[in-house]
Amino acid sequence: MCGIVGFLAKPQSLRARLGEAVVPMLLCMTERGPDSTGLALFTQAKTAAHRFNIHWAGTHDWDALLAQFRSAFDPAARIELRADHAIILAAAEPGPVRAFFARVDPAIRVLSVGHAMDIYKDIGPPATVAGKYGFKGMSGSHAVGHTRMATESAVSLGHAHPFTTGTDFCLVPIGSLSNYHSLLRSLERRGILFVTDNDTEAACRFFEWHMREGDTLEQAIVRGFGELDGFYTLLMATDDRLVLVRDAFACKPAVVAETDDYVAVASEFRSLAHLPGIGDAEIFEPQPERIYSWAV
Amino acid sequence: MGRVTPASGSVAAPSAPAVTLDFPALGVRKINAYLHAEATRADHPRVAIANPGGAHNLAVGLNAPIDVEIMGHAGYYAAGMNKLASVTVHGNVERGVAENMMSGTVRVKGNASEAAGASMRGGLLVIEGNASGRCAISLKGGDVVVGGDVGHLSAFMAQAGRLVVCGSAGPGLGDSLYEAVLYVRGELHGLGADAREEPLTADDVASLTALLAKAGFGHSPREFKKVASGRTLYHWNSDAHQEY
Repeated sequence: MCGIVGFLAKPQSLRARLGEAVVPMLLCMTERGPDSTGLALFTQAKTAAHRFNIHWAGTHDWDALLAQFRSAFDPAARIELRADHAIILAAAEPGPVRAFFARVDPAIRVLSVGHAMDIYKDIGPPATVAGKYGFKGMSGSHAVGHTRMATESAVSLGHAHPFTTGTDFCLVPIGSLSNYHSLLRSLERRGILFVTDNDTEAACRFFEWHMREGDTLEQAIVRGFGELDGFYTLLMATDDRLVLVRDAFACKPAVVAETDDYVAVASEFRSLAHLPGIGDAEIFEPQPERIYSWAV
Repeated sequence: MGRVTPASGSVAAPSAPAVTLDFPALGVRKINAYLHAEATRADHPRVAIANPGGAHNLAVGLNAPIDVEIMGHAGYYAAGMNKLASVTVHGNVERGVAENMMSGTVRVKGNASEAAGASMRGGLLVIEGNASGRCAISLKGGDVVVGGDVGHLSAFMAQAGRLVVCGSAGPGLGDSLYEAVLYVRGELHGLGADAREEPLTADDVASLTALLAKAGFGHSPREFKKVASGRTLYHWNSDAHQEY
């Protein structure tokens, strides 16, 4: 199971209320995935500074953390705090920053690094997680969300989706991969480090590695058709695109609704039924092994 | 499923006053309970389900000659296990529409997702738009008529009944087919194992003429290609070493 949603808003008015469109989509996917929930949002303009999204559960002295961060990296570093989640905007390199957080407290998880993407995720159903972090009030150009029903690995923050590798790239799936252990081993032999034993992480690192080697995302996906063994619908986002694919058997669902104002993707139509103008939307189901890509 | 605009949601002039049930107000259990009980006791039972919003399991397990109109898009298993009733969906449906139908009629004005008419044993399923993969999978009787295209692996292991496709059929049509018969008006994008084209007989033309008329399509039966089982997979052949 699991549920996926994606939303790409075109007019400014809709971008300002992105969260209002996405939250009902996520809530509707509760039955497909009540274990954990996540949302990746993309800001309309890239920030010059890196956006470090971190999760630190419990009560902590965030002011002290920011002070330490400023003295280590960037006196102008800023923090945006929401419950257990923070975005630290700073001119700093990801490697040293990851090492810094690991030193301060191994319980701090770096959820994403980029110039446009923020990722929120936590254990719990969509209503709990969306409420905790205030998804409804968020804005941006596009977003992808996931509701997880764990099948092949544990329910934990680390296993919650979306998964991201590199910068400004994330992936949410429905379905599963059966050869992810061999994918993981072949990537580890190339020096790529894994954080979890989750099949989505294997797919995400597979695509990201091929892109670093010079592939476009489309070329990496075509390689994936040959090498990812499983049944899946994959929804991916970069700072400038939303990309959707299904495997050759296409038994994992997806439905797309397009209007002049938005592109919306979900596992089931009922997640889209509330959207404005849905009655006049072009509604279709993606074909097997065809790459659908929408520019922001 | 192809890229098409959804059905407009218009309704034909009613033959009898309809009771309208509002999905958001009632939910699926109350609506189905009404269709199973109160609706069957009316003189001219006609029920409309308003604002379905893609909900699953609408109008399943009906067991009386009632008319049901779903006034928008429906989710999974719409009109599943239908017996005697006539169900019209004024929109699209998701997977498993009319699965295991025994008798009656289910008509979808828009498109259908995966496994439309799966394991049907009788009755008529009409999809006016396109149907996605695995349409009429494991068909055991009855008729499925699709106005547009069907996706991959349609009529997989279909045992009896007919699948009529007025558009084209995706890859692997009729894989491991038993005695169901398939008619395709458009392109065949590859037949599955043991499915083969056969010439139309006079009996095919006569029965297809009647079925197309019943389903409301005006195509000439002679425009269709017939696909049926090659019957080489019927029995286990130990000499074949699993090479077929």
